[in-house]
Amino acid sequence: MEPTDASNPQFYHRIVECQWACPAHTDVPEYIRLIAQGEYAQAYMLNRKTNVFPGILGRTCDRPCEPACRRTRVDGKSVAICRLKRVAADAKGAIASMLPSIPKEKNGKRIACVGAGPASLALANDLMPLGYEVTIFEAGAMPGGLMRSNIPAFRLPVEVLDDEIASIVDMGVDVRYASPIESLRSLLGEGFDAIFIGSGAPKGKDMELEGRSGDAATNIHIGIEWLQSVAFGHVTGIGGRVLVIGVGNTAMDCCRTALRIGGADVKVMARRPRRFFKASEWELEDAEEEGVEIVVNHAPSRFVTEGGKLVGVDFDILEWDEGARVSTKVGSAHFPCDDVILAVGQENAFSWVERDLGVDFDEWGMLIADPVTHQTTLPGVFVGGDAAWGPKNIVTAVAHAHAAAISINNFCEGVPVEERPEDGMTLSSQKMGLTQWSYYNDYNSSPRQAMEHVALAQRLSDLGLEVEVGFDSDQAAREVQRCLNCDVEPIFKANLCIECDACIDICPVQCLTIVQNEDDEGVLRSKLNAPTRNPNEPLYVSGPLPQTGQVMVQDEDLCVHCGLCAERCPTGAWNMEKFELNLAYLAMSKSRRKS
Amino acid sequence: MTSISKPRIPLATLPANEIGLTVRDYEGAMSTLCAGCGHDSVTAALVRSLFELSIPPHRIVKMSGIGCSSKTPTYFASGAHGFNSVHGRMAPIAAGANAANRSSIHIGISGDGDSLSIGAGHLVHAIRRNVRMLYVIENNGVYGLTKGQFSASADVGSTAKHGEANEVAPIDPVQLALSLGATFVARGFSGDKAQLVPILKAALEHRGFALVDVISPCVQFNNHVGSTKSYHYVRDHELKEIEQDFVPPMRETAARLPHGGTIVVTLPDGGRIRFGTLPEEYDPRDRGAALHYAAQAQQRGEIPTGVLFVDEGTRDIHELNSTPDEPLISLPFEALCPGADALARFQDGFQ
Repeated sequence: MEPTDASNPQFYHRIVECQWACPAHTDVPEYIRLIAQGEYAQAYMLNRKTNVFPGILGRTCDRPCEPACRRTRVDGKSVAICRLKRVAADAKGAIASMLPSIPKEKNGKRIACVGAGPASLALANDLMPLGYEVTIFEAGAMPGGLMRSNIPAFRLPVEVLDDEIASIVDMGVDVRYASPIESLRSLLGEGFDAIFIGSGAPKGKDMELEGRSGDAATNIHIGIEWLQSVAFGHVTGIGGRVLVIGVGNTAMDCCRTALRIGGADVKVMARRPRRFFKASEWELEDAEEEGVEIVVNHAPSRFVTEGGKLVGVDFDILEWDEGARVSTKVGSAHFPCDDVILAVGQENAFSWVERDLGVDFDEWGMLIADPVTHQTTLPGVFVGGDAAWGPKNIVTAVAHAHAAAISINNFCEGVPVEERPEDGMTLSSQKMGLTQWSYYNDYNSSPRQAMEHVALAQRLSDLGLEVEVGFDSDQAAREVQRCLNCDVEPIFKANLCIECDACIDICPVQCLTIVQNEDDEGVLRSKLNAPTRNPNEPLYVSGPLPQTGQVMVQDEDLCVHCGLCAERCPTGAWNMEKFELNLAYLAMSKSRRKS
Repeated sequence: MTSISKPRIPLATLPANEIGLTVRDYEGAMSTLCAGCGHDSVTAALVRSLFELSIPPHRIVKMSGIGCSSKTPTYFASGAHGFNSVHGRMAPIAAGANAANRSSIHIGISGDGDSLSIGAGHLVHAIRRNVRMLYVIENNGVYGLTKGQFSASADVGSTAKHGEANEVAPIDPVQLALSLGATFVARGFSGDKAQLVPILKAALEHRGFALVDVISPCVQFNNHVGSTKSYHYVRDHELKEIEQDFVPPMRETAARLPHGGTIVVTLPDGGRIRFGTLPEEYDPRDRGAALHYAAQAQQRGEIPTGVLFVDEGTRDIHELNSTPDEPLISLPFEALCPGADALARFQDGFQ
């Protein structure tokens, strides 16, 4: 095989799986190390640089980082990254002085954002330090979008939300509340230099079944609208028997909210088997712990009413094939209930975008936009968050905002939006002495730290009481030690190797092999010391070694970054170097600020 | 030294051997030898060999003398028995241990100083007695522990780290052992475990004294230009004409050599040493040929490696001394110590 080209930042970025999986590419290993060291403010700021809302995401993130975490390859349980993020946010103290400074003199460019949700706020956070004037038009009375209306307070306290949004709004963002945009044409006429659509996917999907219309409709609720009504205090109660239809995270929020405002017998009704649920495993667990029953393989067929009042729902009982694609009806069942909450998905609503402006839509009524630049078919109009390609999650909205910020900055400067700045990287040696590293290199066998929850009776009696207590500093430090330091890379210099085998012998997971090179990757893999477990993990293959012409091969899949290869290397051919990804949009703000 | 111990990582993919142990179960304490020391690779090769032979660690007796090499037993098979003797006295300790308990597997680890200088007198007699053991010499040509003086195996002309050349003729442990009647003589290189592991496995199965001379570079004091025992020099001058493999009993498929080869030597438990390519007219069962081959190579400045000689026919220490079939510990006290009357009768026999 050809020697691996490790000069592309994405090679090492891919090894830091948590960072790679994170849509915003947060430097997870470094910030959790800072947490273990008690440097909470620094950890918070490192997070904020990329994901903008560490306190909010520390409680609500979909955590794409955790399934990706390499620790799962060793003992099956990922590092509790998300909960560690919350520790940094909870204990950060005063950070106002560390926030980016906002130039008094503006650059004369005005940007309009539609909707004050995470996408627009994150965009403002990127553009305000560069001197842009950002105006956000919000239909409601408060900022935050679905973060406020759709995530119940028992998962995300209002103070946390207010605090992190304020840090952006206080940069001088002009937020106009109660100002729904009803026409893109008129917004275009207001002379903004660019427009960003961050209006989310605000419409909950309905379910047209027999009995849906009529008087019973008052007891059939659309999930996200109902959550919103609860969040703003318009709804304060629900019937004793509640059926929640749908198994996404919104369904979990609905069932747990129902339990807190009057629901006693709450069931979540699923069409498909559990392993095909959209909800995160931990949210399912939390709901079940609170007494929610999850019923699988039941598809609603009819809302049953008596005298105009909802009395229950009929279901078809289904059997599924292996991939849960094709179902067969094997029976039917009736579930009595007082209320039904439909949490079967969300839709975008672009009725305010005139169809003759040059902004094109696809056959499903979605805006057509470039997945990299986020520009719609009308130059100068950009889209991000759930408004772009349908409902995803908060951290994806933030990532969209970063990408759109680069485009908007280009657009306003007359640079083609396709001209993207490239990510860079820094590799810094961690060697402090003969066998000393500036990171804690030992493997820690501790199991994942358990999260303490507030007692069941207490939490169900108070809608605003946060369920997870959070890690204390000792728990956090222990949990951080489980991190395998995937950002500290063993870096190999083939020209220094004398093939003494010291690294091969000491490697605790046998991930290194010195072997005659092969053209075929499969043949090379068959000759490695440890059998390949993950064929998708690219091999590192060195250039020919000076004494025999063999090559050093590393199967990164198993590496625990203990640095023993480098400690045992007599010639310094191995060294442990910390990889830092220099994200393009961060570089953009630096260069802009200097000029 | 390393900052941490080699971490125990519970990998489900780590294969187990016939007795359910993984290769990690044959490791010992962390090495405190210099980074890059050849001896650590010898340790790794031993760990691998014992694992692959599925030897229960408690059946192993590991012994050594003094020197860098003699730290090796600490670094493998922490579940084994061990004895660290005074300088150069590993061989008689091993002979005694082997005489007393023939059911154990005896492994002696020594160095060129321990075996060819202070302990040379003991080594030669252990060879003559055909003590049933694996005797490894980790041979680096210098006294590393005392900072790099020439040892008895340093070649004439080989230079020390500061430049002076050795002028005294070396002892070649291979020729020494062959001339004394050793029944298994091999040489390996710590930088080539693909060859060393099968050699060690064959040696462990050999019925008698198995001497394995392993060129094991001292990365600190003898790995420079001018040394004849550096990684680079050995790779440049290694003579790998003798190709062999160890075939475990009943498992033809486990062999590395692709085809039959000309000579097969069967070991007592059914394992075989199968020779592949050999120099012309070379027979590894012919002591004279082996001695001639080793001497010729030495004259040319070449380092022949492989199983150079093997003889499964000569009687070992137990046959020579008619020791009981069982280890002494399993004999009843009356048999071991039959009393004054028996002694008197025995002595009468000499009158």
